[in-house]
Amino acid sequence: MQKSTVGMKTLTLKRLALVGCAAAVALCGCSRQSASITLAGSTAFQPFAEKLAEQYMAAHPDIGITVQGGGSAVGIQSALSGAAQIGMADLLELPAEAQALTSVVVARDGIALVVHPANPVTNLALAQARAIFSGTLRNWKDVGGADQPITVVSREAGSGTRASFEKLIGVVKLSPDALVQDSSGTIRETVINDQRAVGYLSHGLVNDKLKMLQVDDQECSTDKVIAGTYSLVRPIFLLTKGAPEGLAKAFIGYILSTNGQQCIQRNGLIPAQ
Amino acid sequence: MKARAEKLAQRILLVIALSAISSLILIALFIFKEGTPIMVKMGLRRFLFSSEWEPQAGLFGIYPMIVASLWVTLGAMLIGAPLGIAGAIFLNEFVPKTVLRIVKPAIELLAGIPSVVYGFIGVMVLAPLIRNHLGGPGLSILAAAVILGVMILPTVISISTDAIGAVPNSYREGALALGATRWQAVHMVILKAARSGIIASIILAMGRAIGETMAVIMVAGNTVKLPHSVLNSARTLTATIAFEMASATGRHREALFAIGVVLFVIIMLLNSFATVILRGRTTRA
Amino acid sequence: MRLVSPKWTQRIAVGVLGAATLATLLILLFIIVFVLEKGLRTICWNFLFTDPQDMGRAGGIFPTLIGTLLLPLLALAVALPLGVGTAVYLTEYTREGRLTRIIRFGTDCLAGIPSIIFGLFGFIFFVTILKMGWCLLAGGLTLAIMILPTIIRTTEEAIRAVPYSYREVSFSLGATRWATVVKVVLPNALPGIVTGVMLSIGRCIGETAAVIFTAGQALHLPHSVFDSVRTMSVHFYILAREGISAKNAYGTAAVLIISILLLNVTTYWLMHRFIGRRT
Repeated sequence: MQKSTVGMKTLTLKRLALVGCAAAVALCGCSRQSASITLAGSTAFQPFAEKLAEQYMAAHPDIGITVQGGGSAVGIQSALSGAAQIGMADLLELPAEAQALTSVVVARDGIALVVHPANPVTNLALAQARAIFSGTLRNWKDVGGADQPITVVSREAGSGTRASFEKLIGVVKLSPDALVQDSSGTIRETVINDQRAVGYLSHGLVNDKLKMLQVDDQECSTDKVIAGTYSLVRPIFLLTKGAPEGLAKAFIGYILSTNGQQCIQRNGLIPAQ
Repeated sequence: MKARAEKLAQRILLVIALSAISSLILIALFIFKEGTPIMVKMGLRRFLFSSEWEPQAGLFGIYPMIVASLWVTLGAMLIGAPLGIAGAIFLNEFVPKTVLRIVKPAIELLAGIPSVVYGFIGVMVLAPLIRNHLGGPGLSILAAAVILGVMILPTVISISTDAIGAVPNSYREGALALGATRWQAVHMVILKAARSGIIASIILAMGRAIGETMAVIMVAGNTVKLPHSVLNSARTLTATIAFEMASATGRHREALFAIGVVLFVIIMLLNSFATVILRGRTTRA
Repeated sequence: MRLVSPKWTQRIAVGVLGAATLATLLILLFIIVFVLEKGLRTICWNFLFTDPQDMGRAGGIFPTLIGTLLLPLLALAVALPLGVGTAVYLTEYTREGRLTRIIRFGTDCLAGIPSIIFGLFGFIFFVTILKMGWCLLAGGLTLAIMILPTIIRTTEEAIRAVPYSYREVSFSLGATRWATVVKVVLPNALPGIVTGVMLSIGRCIGETAAVIFTAGQALHLPHSVFDSVRTMSVHFYILAREGISAKNAYGTAAVLIISILLLNVTTYWLMHRFIGRRT
């Protein structure tokens, strides 16, 4: 009896090993997709890149496009290191190390100041926004709101949105009390959940659970950005090492095509031209 | 022929057996190689004890994060350890063994729930509670401590239960025969005998709390500032690595690796401590 | 003179300890009920087996289900032979000494390393230096190192629990050490090994930090080990944190919790079956 069970167990063991090997072989044996590229970087552009990739892959089913977040600095780094074929960056101006990369502006993007819908404040002067984000103006009542402290919500160091935003409103040093979140979506969720919060994110990512503030009496909308009256605007770059080739070139071409630009505009970004 | 095959098997197994330790060495080498230069350049004291963390300006002081990690971890221990140990005692000594046999696996099951789920519940349930009733931004040290305290419960209960269960029955019977109540037997005899196992469980849980990343990122608010109260938002060592690792270059990257070195050393110290305590127990037994 | 009689101290102690235990159980119950209550309704055939659309806002979670299946499998394919081999060496092929102490200490330390450090290492070593990019392979190898200590520990314990007499019988029949290990020791230690495997799978499924930095977060089916994948934990993290879809986030969390439940139940069932058969 003992012997037979032992035998059976050996068999199970062998079978387990076999299954493992088979799985490994199947994984390795499967050929790479005929073509695939990775985009990485700006979390502000990430959702749009994903949407564009989805559309592009629907038209070209044999192609794989992977979109990875991480922030603009990641976009520059991964394009330089080759971890991604295309880097995404949403900086006002590209840093020195990105000069080695080929860059193309694929869209422009307004940065919206957002608060909880229950917040009575509707407009901030640029100077007030600067004071709030620098940490010198700390109560909503000073800008016409309720008497409660302001919770400043910002992006992490290395974020293109943060770098652009700080440059645009003139913040030299962010308030040390600011909550820090690592993506546009998280900023949105934090502000949605907190009546005292104020944050900033890409205009295209604002939804109806948030209230956009006017800046210097100008609302953040596609029209105002194109007209040039809304001031918080930055470009979105796609970066490649050398001139884009093959699939990277084709995909960037698609984004710049009428179809691609329409998709971008439909989803709330401003076309490149 | 057979002997030769045996020899070969032994050699191969030896090489395999070195895989864990070589992975550890590889990881340590990498992290130390990348992380120590900046500590040397800046001076260890300035790196550890200055409060300015502004990577863009080239300022790397991790004191606020060390303090945040300590507060969060201590808070988690204050919540998790008493609850966990009380649970372990109660389940071992005051209820029938069948209850323990059902409840212990159920609690261990909770160790398997992804930390992001705990973190999300922290954001949705705990942070608003704190914000509305105690003040502050809600996403805070307190929220992180409570969530981590709950997360370490399975570790504490599981290891403490084993330690208490390993106390020979004769100890219990001896104490009871002398006329002690169950509680007297527990706190005078059993807890003393199981002490090292319980302490080890706390140390290991502490390691888990210091090392936890995702849940803390979600609930702690991540402000880089020396915290003044548990209602302040703060950023831990692990959160800083996770936040900035992908985008960091040059000195900034070195600084993140240096944080890795600090974490690595803390964990090593804790683990060595736990190992010594546990070994002390086995040699004595 | 005591203020409180021992009998009363006993009652108070039982009350306090009982309350603490109850509180623990209630907290844990709350977490499970909270997630299942919000997520169960979302789970259906379509949710599990269709592709996500619009970044997970609509559609199902099929690719993440596959990612969650493949990643632990790959990690195990690497860690299982190494872990079992180490345990066999420690228990069957060497005497206790400095080497075994070093190996054990190394294993313990590896077990305590925070997952973010594994992520940091995996990102720099596999993703960047070995130029794998974010992919299944980089994630699998990183997780393999992470679960190695668990496999070693559980296997070692299981092997130690195999009575020495089994080995003696095998040796006396003329079997070599290797044959004894393969035919007698390991089969009898199988339940313990299976437990270790299950624990490791659980750890892989629940891991987020190390996975996001090594396997990436691509939301489509992988075609080879060099493709990026997204596991359910990462998917949940992204859906919940970016506020993409609370409904699908809860659905994913519920699937995660149910998987872990099933994993645990299976483990216990297997263990009892094996133990039952042996006695």
